[in-house]
Amino acid sequence: MSVDKDTVRRIARLARLALEEERVEPMANELNQILDWVRQLEELDVAGVAPMTSVVKQKLKMRNDAVTDGGSAEAVTANAPLAEDHFFVVPKVVE
Amino acid sequence: MALPSDPTHFTLAEARDAVVGKKISSVELTKAYVRAIQGARELNAFITETPERALAMAEESDERIAGGTARPLEGLPLAVKDLFCTKGVRTTAASRILANFIPPYESTVSQNLWDAGAVMLGKTNMDEFAMGSSNETSYFKPVINPWRARNSNQALVPGGSSGGSAAAVSGFLCLAATGTDTGGSIRQPAAVTGTVGLKPTYGRCSRWGIIAFASSLDQAGPMTRTVRDSAILLGHMASVDPRDSTSVDVAVPDYEAALENGVKGLRIGIPKEYRLDGTLPEIDALWDEGAQWLRSAGAEVVEVSLPHAKYALPAYYIVAPAEASSNLARYDGVRYGHRAPGAMDIIDLYEKSRAEGFGAEVRRRILIGTYVLSAGYYDAYYARAQKLRTLIARDFANAFETCDVILTPATPGPAFAMGAKSSDPVSMYLNDIFTVTVNLAGLPAIAVPAGLSTAGLPLGLQLIGKAFDEATVLRTGRVLEKAANFSDIPQTWWRVP
Repeated sequence: MSVDKDTVRRIARLARLALEEERVEPMANELNQILDWVRQLEELDVAGVAPMTSVVKQKLKMRNDAVTDGGSAEAVTANAPLAEDHFFVVPKVVE
Repeated sequence: MALPSDPTHFTLAEARDAVVGKKISSVELTKAYVRAIQGARELNAFITETPERALAMAEESDERIAGGTARPLEGLPLAVKDLFCTKGVRTTAASRILANFIPPYESTVSQNLWDAGAVMLGKTNMDEFAMGSSNETSYFKPVINPWRARNSNQALVPGGSSGGSAAAVSGFLCLAATGTDTGGSIRQPAAVTGTVGLKPTYGRCSRWGIIAFASSLDQAGPMTRTVRDSAILLGHMASVDPRDSTSVDVAVPDYEAALENGVKGLRIGIPKEYRLDGTLPEIDALWDEGAQWLRSAGAEVVEVSLPHAKYALPAYYIVAPAEASSNLARYDGVRYGHRAPGAMDIIDLYEKSRAEGFGAEVRRRILIGTYVLSAGYYDAYYARAQKLRTLIARDFANAFETCDVILTPATPGPAFAMGAKSSDPVSMYLNDIFTVTVNLAGLPAIAVPAGLSTAGLPLGLQLIGKAFDEATVLRTGRVLEKAANFSDIPQTWWRVP
């Protein structure tokens, strides 16, 4: 299961991370170095072992389905790189 | 006991008593720390200094003390890792992508501290998004460890990711600081700076308002100069928080009250799997010495087994990047954070903003995480790693049938030189070999300074406790602290008058 250059391009796309073409091969090498090292987990017999879903023995807490906050459009958009009238501005999506 | 003549050398406990006892005002103490911080910029421990806010808070504290309405941490100046959102104060996670982010809200942990009367000195430097063990991945440049090897001027790393907090505590730039620990990010920097660092049980401190790295592992905790100070600070950081669904409904005990109860009759487990080939002899020797100290104080030392410990680090490097790739998906260049100019369309905007905004280690981990979660690989990597977590938690449960607390080294070695491990990611990851098992099982653990290496650099020991048994970890740590009698401090080579 070695990561090749096409796989690096594909996962970079999935992760929405631009990767310059000259960085693809070095990144494949770095990822393979890490994956080769984690591969020691394969020697472990995990048959019949349940995956951990929570480290503490507690049922996930439920809350009332009620509006408890809101009306903060100014605060919500205050850190936006580009905002107008409490809307986030992005490049044209629909032609 | 006489107080130190320099107030920046007070412990948190000493400062608390001195401020409430009106031996020094909060303003005087705060000004001393502001001067110390301004004179220590070479260490680069802070990303953002907040001296005006600190003095305003200190003035309010002095009024409260005069008016007889002092709160438990009244007027005590602290530093906050730049991963905790602070309302109106820039919070960056040491990343370019958040370099100008000003939170409109306050994290629960920091709010708890301000509600208890504490004073904020500023936001400390760290590895970008808490990903690193040397503080070298910060967009705001590395932190330098106040400690240097004997007869050497070489710059050393302060550990990471809470490297700025560790440097600020060990360099006397604050009374104490907050940190966060996902794989060792409190305990490892504490150990290599000669300070105390406590990672509480998962769920003990609220994660609300802490910028997320790996949500099933992240936990906030105190970084201090003494075990008592960690007990005090944890008591005011911890709370049950309805805004964090993983915050556990367990009352916060008085950690300080049980601190001096000793270890008589306690069983100390020594996990044989932690004897690794290639560990420095001085680390193993210190570990043996630590066991002897506890035995001399009346504890029984027993061998325990954690058979899956060797798989913890590789499992961590599946689970943590997987969760990070999901958590960091929110940085899109649209709602907050860095936005790349000149994007052709929305996808281009995301891809360029993220590529420019994230540093090399963060990009690498996002890609690893995306890969192990992608179709066809999920079972081979992520599901297998989560099964391993079950086995590790089971190992600890078995070990705690025959012991009350586990003693191990904190790190495989002392602080290392800048750049020494940055070319090989796996060799950097190995710094967390003794700490990471604890995060996978959600347990509490403390690093306590225990001695100096042959080069004169601090080394720490780690104590691991049962879930929610921070009290036993702290009182055992207190016994280690007394026995080690670690009183060395770094030379102040950085100080600008």
